[in-house]
Amino acid sequence: MTKVDKVSLWIEKFGEKITENKEHLNSLDTAIGDGDHGSNLTRGATAVKEQAEGADYENLSDLFKDVGMTLVSKVGGASGPLYGSAFIEMAKKARETEDIGEILSAGLEGIQKRGKADTGEKTMVDEWAPVIEHVQNDSLTEEVITEILQKTKDMKATKGRASYLGDRSIGHIDPGAQSSAYLFEALLEAGVLDE
Amino acid sequence: MKKIINNPDQIVDEMLNGLVFAYDSLVERIPETTVVHRKADKNGKVGLVSGGGSGHEPSHAGFVGKGMLSAAVAGQVFTSPTPDQVLEGIKASDEGAGVFLVIKNYTGDVMNFEMAQDMADLEDIEVETIVVDDDIAVEDSTFTAGKRGIAGTVLVHKILGAAAEEGKSLQEIKEITDQLIPNIKSIGVALSPATNPEVGSPGFELEEDEIEFGVGIHGEPGYRREKLQPSKDLAKELVDKLKSEFEWSENEEYAVLVNGMGATPLMEQFVFMNDVKKLLVDEEKLSLPFRKVGDYMTSIDMEGLSLTLVKLEDKKWLDYLNAPVKTISW
Repeated sequence: MTKVDKVSLWIEKFGEKITENKEHLNSLDTAIGDGDHGSNLTRGATAVKEQAEGADYENLSDLFKDVGMTLVSKVGGASGPLYGSAFIEMAKKARETEDIGEILSAGLEGIQKRGKADTGEKTMVDEWAPVIEHVQNDSLTEEVITEILQKTKDMKATKGRASYLGDRSIGHIDPGAQSSAYLFEALLEAGVLDE
Repeated sequence: MKKIINNPDQIVDEMLNGLVFAYDSLVERIPETTVVHRKADKNGKVGLVSGGGSGHEPSHAGFVGKGMLSAAVAGQVFTSPTPDQVLEGIKASDEGAGVFLVIKNYTGDVMNFEMAQDMADLEDIEVETIVVDDDIAVEDSTFTAGKRGIAGTVLVHKILGAAAEEGKSLQEIKEITDQLIPNIKSIGVALSPATNPEVGSPGFELEEDEIEFGVGIHGEPGYRREKLQPSKDLAKELVDKLKSEFEWSENEEYAVLVNGMGATPLMEQFVFMNDVKKLLVDEEKLSLPFRKVGDYMTSIDMEGLSLTLVKLEDKKWLDYLNAPVKTISW
């Protein structure tokens, strides 16, 4: 399998996980947001899937760019621009390198620029940042992904729409971190990190 | 839910079609988008673009026209439009002098509009933005970090639209805005909640004899619930809140907007304005050279109103507020 094939499979598996877990994401978002994270991302995943059918990508950059633009135009809310920015920055980085750690780092920068969020604020950044460190150290496992996700539970939201809840946000897993965990589980399953 | 609709999913599309058909001498819809653009000669001036979720009509399409917005971008009900749609609005409004985006302070709106700004940058269209956060009711809210953007946004459209029409550059408009925004403050009161047709049930609950101060235009929580009281007491509460923010002194000049939330009759809005006049002019001795009453930034069928004041720190703002426009709803 070529790298482009593996990454295509990654995106496909991510979409499947989002769609399968739509209600779970919605219920996490109902607790600390407006309850549509699963529905919004599923709409994006469906559009990405439709677009991928019949597409034949020659390089990672074009693939990431199409995913990003589709998510931006179909998902809406805050998660559309956040995931969209991630994939668009990944597309830019993928012109220079095929190193997934570096590409994901660029994606994280895109998210942080768009959301103006840092680590420890109970957002998807709290999944991305530690996961990327493990990718770079070649130590990412499913257990690690889940462990990182669980840590968002005890955080107090200070960014994003959960922030108005303050202390009441503690005890809930962040929905954006959960959907990001699906992204990284799909990354492992698709074998993108296998050399 | 009792509403004159067909399919809730089609409500924005059908509304926009009806709007441009009714006012086709003023506005047009950019095909395949949710962008309403003005029919006016392009004259190389700065384009002014705003928008946001639907459900706030006549905002924002009602303020598209010569002297005000170049284009308005509509999202689904209470949902920000996506960046690709905002980009279409920017492209349609660029006459070579750049485009200014007026964004209400909601997390989704800010992200989607700023992303559109980045995309416009790739197409070599210069874009500047301002985030309006005039609602003094609460800090941090359901959809907002910081303060929310409400009816004061319409006055921003008017002032900046007149400045753009006068030929101000993108940078000059940015400077006006930076001075203007801290001088615009609003606060509202709700008598009954709105029902989003895409949801089907009211966004919150109030008892028959209960009101809530500070409710947001998407039904976000306010700061206090009380029993219904006479208009003059509601006015006193809202004016007192604004007074503590502005800390005004006698003879200062303010623009005032009494804004209906969608299901409050003009009769009641005028009664309220009369009470505002008694408080601000007769008691506080302020000068109110600009006054406006009506439905400008609504929340579907919410009953209630908001009160906006603009401290006219720059005399020019009053000229801009009074400058002629050709729009559906100003």
